[in-house]
Amino acid sequence: MTPVATPFFFYFLAALTLLSAILVITQKNAVHSALALILGLLAQAGLYLMLYAPFVAGVQIILYAGGIMVLFLFVIMLVNLERSQKEEQFNRQWLVGSLAATALGGLLVAVFIKGKALFPTSSTQIAEASNTQQVGELLYGQYMFPFEIASLLLLVAIIGAVVMAKKRI
Amino acid sequence: MVPITTLHYLVVAAALFVLGVIGVLTRRNVVIVLMSIELILNAVNLNLVAFSRLWGLHGQIFAIFVITDAAAEAAVGLGILIAFFRNKETVNIDEVDLLKW
Amino acid sequence: MLDYVTSYLSSNTTPGQAGNVVWALIYILIVFAGVSIAVMAMNWLERKALAHFQIRLGPMRVGPHGLLQPIADAIKLLTKEDIIPENADRLVFWIAPLIILCASFAVYVVIPFGPTHAITDLNIGILFMLGVSSLSVLGVVMAGWASNSHYPLIGSLRSSAQMISYEVAMGMAVVSAILMTSLNRSGTGTLSMIGIVEAQQQQQIWYLFKFFPLGFIAFAIFAIAMVAETNRAPFDLPEAESELTAGFHTEYSGLRWSLFMLGEYAAMIAVSSIAVTLWLGGWLRPFPNALTGATWDLAFSLLPGFTFLVLAVVAWVGVIRMPKHSYFRMQTLGLAGFAVLLGLIGLVLFAPPVRDRIQDIFWFTAKVAFFMYMYIWYRATFPRYRFDQLMRVGWKVLLPVSLGVLIGTAVVGMVL
Repeated sequence: MTPVATPFFFYFLAALTLLSAILVITQKNAVHSALALILGLLAQAGLYLMLYAPFVAGVQIILYAGGIMVLFLFVIMLVNLERSQKEEQFNRQWLVGSLAATALGGLLVAVFIKGKALFPTSSTQIAEASNTQQVGELLYGQYMFPFEIASLLLLVAIIGAVVMAKKRI
Repeated sequence: MVPITTLHYLVVAAALFVLGVIGVLTRRNVVIVLMSIELILNAVNLNLVAFSRLWGLHGQIFAIFVITDAAAEAAVGLGILIAFFRNKETVNIDEVDLLKW
Repeated sequence: MLDYVTSYLSSNTTPGQAGNVVWALIYILIVFAGVSIAVMAMNWLERKALAHFQIRLGPMRVGPHGLLQPIADAIKLLTKEDIIPENADRLVFWIAPLIILCASFAVYVVIPFGPTHAITDLNIGILFMLGVSSLSVLGVVMAGWASNSHYPLIGSLRSSAQMISYEVAMGMAVVSAILMTSLNRSGTGTLSMIGIVEAQQQQQIWYLFKFFPLGFIAFAIFAIAMVAETNRAPFDLPEAESELTAGFHTEYSGLRWSLFMLGEYAAMIAVSSIAVTLWLGGWLRPFPNALTGATWDLAFSLLPGFTFLVLAVVAWVGVIRMPKHSYFRMQTLGLAGFAVLLGLIGLVLFAPPVRDRIQDIFWFTAKVAFFMYMYIWYRATFPRYRFDQLMRVGWKVLLPVSLGVLIGTAVVGMVL
């Protein structure tokens, strides 16, 4: 892509991500929050593509937007929502909580700006064409043990979710 | 225009993180709290992938594992929510205040 | 500017790889128009073929042999009243068909009609297709929820549960086909769609026949799963009229329902294209290695023209058999004009410059058309699966078999 397009796409996708995050935490209707989160996840997949990580972008779309959000939508449909829409949406300590979180954010940004000298300025250009091959080699080579543990974790999560949601064990 | 560096991505990730924390701390609806936790995990993922461009593919591997963990955690968390909702008929997180009922 | 446009013509890649935005847009418009025409033709073919399977005639009035029926249907749907249920969530109600439509059409970005005839060739092509087609589940869930009524809610829950169940088996079958691409000379597999067909070309075998019967079983699993994925018979309980009054799109009327139908048919063509690319050799002609030589090449290259000429002859037979009454004059003339048009297209396809360029697109389209006909055949032949039977097949039959095929393919690929 020409150099003009990269900042445009970055600002567009970043604005979309942040806007959808704001919509997630402020919407009264949980279904609208879920829709905003889906939009944010897809915009984030675009950001991953810009960071030369096509495999992670694909995994994000399949798992996060296509799997986890379907789960969320199912559960939102199962729990009764009309009553919760008429209740208070924000709890009593919303101001203190927001201020504390913003202070944390300010701390993070201050750390980034002060420590800017520590980052290498030139990025090692990762070849995008063989990204999947390299991820596969690393995943099944060096990170084989965490891979197996992750599959065990998913098995435990499946059994746990089934036991939790059953009416009678 | 300023060329887009890693710092830009880190700032976006920090903003996402802050928004997720605000969501967790201020909302009453349990489902929206869980969705804010997903926002936090996404911010961490963006951070990891942004750094992996500088220092090799290990960040992307870690990001894949984080996404897997997020799926498992969302499944179990929503299972707990359904079990809780079946007993108490509400999704208000302020009503989860008994250790045993 | 003109250089930008004409410089693409000399490059030998897809517009996405050449970075040429103008040609990418042109290709997108061509694909969009082609898919819309294909959906209308599929609509007509379904009604006529279903009718003939059931020993009746189907639409005969609107055009000669009902050829203008899709246009009449489109006009009817466009002019219907747009009804929104009373307590429906308006934003979600409006967005649900758009999500299904966008998810179905976004898949066409990577479908390869030829070695350079694709909009782009993503490195993660097959991953992109699986991911984007799984986004249509979200549209189904939201359509059922936003309708604020019992039948759509149950229909959408059933439909989305069915879709996510069969996605797993589909993904496993796809992975076992991708494994076969790694048996190349270069030693690395590829996820890009054009790369998969080129791998089949290099290994000189369609993956349908590779490691027989493993490739065939993987293809069969994908073929069954894709019928379930698109909610078509015999897995169409969520939208069956006698069971659930049209399921998740009950409350949609007019243009919104036509968006659902367009999305469903586009998804059918998209997953058929995935199956053709992965197992049936994409744009390769049949027997590229067993029947080589200039004469066989010539014979196979004459087939597109012959196909259209045969269709023109069939249409002409229909003209001859029309009743000789003055009321039928318009229809007879229309059908005769259609037959002449088909014949002209056939003759144009005989000309050598067109003949060489049309080969890849013709074979790809012919294979996808075969799959479309199979869809209609399944609908006419098989009784509907009950929902628990459907879920049992998806989880207890297809998933273990696909896992077995995956392990078998990996072991055989390593050993041989």
